[in-house]
Amino acid sequence: MTIFGQAAELVLSADAELMAVVGLSLRVSLTATLIASLFAIPLGTALAIWQFPLRQVLVVISTSMMALPPVVVGLIIYLLLSRAGPLGSYGILFTPTAMIMAQSVLIFPIVLALTREAILPLDRDYKNLLDAWDVSPLQRLKTLIWDARFAVVTGLLAGFGRALAEVGAVIIVGGNIAGFTRVMTTTIALETSKGNLELALALGIILLSIAVTINTAIHWISSFGRKYQVKR
Amino acid sequence: MIRIILALLITTLSTAVHAGDRFITLASTTSTQNSGLYDYLLPLFTAKTGIEVRVISVGTGQAITIAKNGDADVLLVHHRPSEDAFVAGGYGIERRDVMYNDFVIVGPKSDPAVVSNQTNASGGLMAISETQSLFISRGDESGTHKREKDLWAKAGIMPAGNWYRDIGAGMGAALNMASSVNAYTLSDRGTWLSFGNKGDLGMLLSGDETLFNPYGIILVNPAKHAHVKIDMARSFSNWMVSDEGQKAIGAFTVQNLQLFCPNAHPDQNSDAICPSSKPRN
Repeated sequence: MTIFGQAAELVLSADAELMAVVGLSLRVSLTATLIASLFAIPLGTALAIWQFPLRQVLVVISTSMMALPPVVVGLIIYLLLSRAGPLGSYGILFTPTAMIMAQSVLIFPIVLALTREAILPLDRDYKNLLDAWDVSPLQRLKTLIWDARFAVVTGLLAGFGRALAEVGAVIIVGGNIAGFTRVMTTTIALETSKGNLELALALGIILLSIAVTINTAIHWISSFGRKYQVKR
Repeated sequence: MIRIILALLITTLSTAVHAGDRFITLASTTSTQNSGLYDYLLPLFTAKTGIEVRVISVGTGQAITIAKNGDADVLLVHHRPSEDAFVAGGYGIERRDVMYNDFVIVGPKSDPAVVSNQTNASGGLMAISETQSLFISRGDESGTHKREKDLWAKAGIMPAGNWYRDIGAGMGAALNMASSVNAYTLSDRGTWLSFGNKGDLGMLLSGDETLFNPYGIILVNPAKHAHVKIDMARSFSNWMVSDEGQKAIGAFTVQNLQLFCPNAHPDQNSDAICPSSKPRN
């Protein structure tokens, strides 16, 4: 009970530092979801509808990549961005940009695989029709993605959830710098290591509430959209 | 739709990349960060110089790796042999003593190994291994872990067995585990005092010479990494050993106890400055 009280107190106090941490969490994870989706949705759709050599291999690889441990992703991005690494001269290690990169890589396979799953059944229904109309490949992609949009959004949410919740990658490439790269999950890890377990749990509850709020909003929008679609 | 997404992307990315140039990156240890020292100290330095200090706090081993790769401008750690190797390898320059605190042996208040009767660290560790009492080892090549290994070696013991648990984690994680299974562990005094989940643990042994824990500050060598912000890094190092910086370090307290003893100028130290542990050479 006291933990929930503490969480509520933290939220109500609207502590500037906490708000900055929450804001950065959202900014990093939303941007990462956006970037990953920009590539993963068209590619996932392509994997679902077109036959080409090594397609099955690509499918297996991309699905396996869903099991990538965040720490490994963090480590790879760290080695790339480190001054001793190939992209070191840009100096973006230990910045929010590095965190966005790591999370994009982390959730790309999730969005890809779930998009493919969303498109597959739809393509069975649409294939003959689209073939008959002889639509361009781009138009075919657009049509399928648009008509599968609610299922695709579920994939986006799964990716966003993973990004928002992970700590292993952002703590390595972000460095958990106070006021600069500190996000919700790294704050929770830090407070746990300081033995402030109640505070850590209260922060966890806040993180969860944010996830619930966002998911509720998107669920509401999509159910509204579905209703509209039926009427049409 | 795509245009909106791109616009969103560009705004979030551009805000991400834009940040002031007046900052340095400090690779340091969890012990200094977790105690709250930096939260107290760094704003003083920033107010004076306008230079922001971004702290990456990890174990000493990882901090040194980060500095070797050129991903930090300054290094502040606590393991003298590693520090000397870092400088000798050409990675760092201008190593200076900054401050010290000490390690303490903590364990269950019931003290099954009667560590509190021992006068030195070797005796304490011997008692723990003889009674096969649970001991949590950091096992992460941090400064504390390296010291722990040195102390076992000094006591002539190769710790192994069910009672010796190498957990490969930070100080906080080790203390959390020790607290939940009532085990002994070696901690730095600062992290222990400010630790919030002590449970039934208590501080059982401290004050032995072999537990002295000095911190050094080293600039990352600009000859190795040209992008290092050497001027700002040097002004930070200078400030840390200046009278002002040293006084600020000495004035930092947790629960009314002084945690770090400034020792950039050992000749000026006295017992009065450092009540928590006596200054040593």
